[in-house]
Amino acid sequence: MAKLPLQFRLNGSDRATFVDPASNLLDTLRRGLGDFGPKYGCGQGTCGVCTVLVDGEPQLACLTLAVSCEGRQIETTSGMADGPNLHPLQDAFMDHFAAQCGFCTPGMLTAARALLAKNPQPSREEVVEAISGNICRCTGYEPIIAAILAAANAPGARRA
Amino acid sequence: MARHEGRGMASVNYPIGMNLGGDPSQALIHSNPDGKFTVALSAIDLGQGMKQVSRQIAAETLGVPIEDVYVDTADSDTGPHDMGSFASRGTHRMGNAIIVAAREARGVLLEAAAEELEVNAADLVTDGRGNIHVRGAPSRSITVKATAQAAQFKQGKTIAGRGIFLIPLSAVDAETGEMNPNTAFAHACLVADVCVDDETGEVEVLRMTSAYELGRVINPRMVEQQLVGGAWMGISHALYETPEPYYPNPEHGPRDFNEYLMPGPGDIAPYHVTVLERPAPDGPFGGKGPGEMCANPVLPAIANAVYNAVGVRVDELPITPEKILRGLKANGGVKPGPRRGGPVNWR
Repeated sequence: MAKLPLQFRLNGSDRATFVDPASNLLDTLRRGLGDFGPKYGCGQGTCGVCTVLVDGEPQLACLTLAVSCEGRQIETTSGMADGPNLHPLQDAFMDHFAAQCGFCTPGMLTAARALLAKNPQPSREEVVEAISGNICRCTGYEPIIAAILAAANAPGARRA
Repeated sequence: MARHEGRGMASVNYPIGMNLGGDPSQALIHSNPDGKFTVALSAIDLGQGMKQVSRQIAAETLGVPIEDVYVDTADSDTGPHDMGSFASRGTHRMGNAIIVAAREARGVLLEAAAEELEVNAADLVTDGRGNIHVRGAPSRSITVKATAQAAQFKQGKTIAGRGIFLIPLSAVDAETGEMNPNTAFAHACLVADVCVDDETGEVEVLRMTSAYELGRVINPRMVEQQLVGGAWMGISHALYETPEPYYPNPEHGPRDFNEYLMPGPGDIAPYHVTVLERPAPDGPFGGKGPGEMCANPVLPAIANAVYNAVGVRVDELPITPEKILRGLKANGGVKPGPRRGGPVNWR
C-alpha cells in the first residue's frame, strides 16, 4: 500500500515521515523517528506504557493511527527534561524510588504530566484515577503516587 | 448482605539462595588507569538494586569512593560465572564474592602504593576519599589514581581481584533424608486485615502490617522499595492473578491484560513495615536479601484473614469471589472466627 506523508511536532520539533496508512503512532515514533521514550507493552491498549500526549491529552500510542496525528503536537518523555534539568516529575520519581524495572515509567510520567497540566494540586484519589490505566509490576504504585503528589508541590511542575 | 472484617497472620522463615551444586557466584574486579574500578559480574539487575548494592559492597571493601566503582552486570558471554538472579540470592552470594575479589584487589593496590611511598604495605590505610596514606601519618600519602597509574605504567602490576562464594555441598543423610541446604535464613511476620462482602464475595485488603528481619540492610531505601512493591505483588497473587483459572486444564487461560487480572493503583492497601536488622554471620556486611519473601507471607495471611472473616477456607489461589461464594454456600452462611484485639498499633 502506498505510504502517506505525515507531519507533526514531536517534543517541540517539526518532524516529517512517510507512514503506512495502517501504522499506529507508537510504531511511527519508535521505528520511524527513533523516539524510544514510549514503550511497546501489550499493543492493545491495556498496559499504558505507550502513553504519549497528543495536543496535551494522554493517548495510547499503540491504539492511535499515525495519520490521525497530522499537524498535531506530540509529546513523549524524551522531551520532558529541559537540557540537563529534569522535569519536576522526573526528579520526584527519582527521589521517591518510583521505578524499579522502569518499564512502566514513561507511561506513568506522561499520565502524571497530563494530570498536573490540568490539575496542579490533585488529591490522592485524583492521582490514582490519572494513573489507573497504567500497570506497574514492581512498585506497588505507592511510591509513584507519592512522587506525583510531591511533584505537584514543586515549582515548575505545570511545565508541559 | 453484609461486610465482614477479619484478621489473618503468617510468618516466614525464608532461605536465601539454594544449595544445589554449591550455588556459586563469581566476581572479577580490576582498576583502570584513572584509579577507578570495574566490577564484572554476570548477575542481573532487573530493578531490584543488584548493581547499587554491588557497588556499595565493592567500594566499602576496596576503601575507595563509591563514585569510583563501576559495576558491569549481565553479560554472561564475557562476565565470570553466576548461578543467576533468583531465590533472593543476589546480595548474599554475589556480595560475598565481591568482598573476596575486592580484598585481593585492595591488597595489590596497597602493595603498589607501598612501592611508591617506600613503606610497608601493612602500614597503609585508605581514607575512602581516593587517598592512601601511612597509618598515623596522613601527610605520607598517594592518591588511588596515582597508584593505579604507577602500577600500570611503571611497576607493571595488575590491580585486580578474583572472588567466588561457594557453599560446601550438603550431602543428604541416607537414613533420615536430612540435609542442610542453606546457611542464611531471613524472617518475617505479616498481619493482614481484610473485609469480605458476603453478597459479592469480594475481598478488600484494608491494611497490612509486617516486621522483616533481613540481616544488615545494605541500602535502606531499596529494601523499603522491595518490601512495599513485593507486598503489593503478594496481594495481587492472593486475590487476582492466575495464568490457569481452571487448573489443571489450561484451556480458557488468559492471553493478555484484558483477561489476566492485574489490579491497579486503586486497589492498594495501607502498608506499614518495620525492618529489623540482625547481621547474618556469613552475609556480606551481615546482609541477607529481601527478594521473594516481600510477597510470600501476604498470601497465607490474606487466606487466614478471609477464613477469620467469614469462615471460608480457600486453599487454591487466587481467592476469587466465586470461591468465597461457593464456600459460603457449602458452609450454610457466614461463620466468622474470633476477633482478638483492635487495630494493629501503628507507631
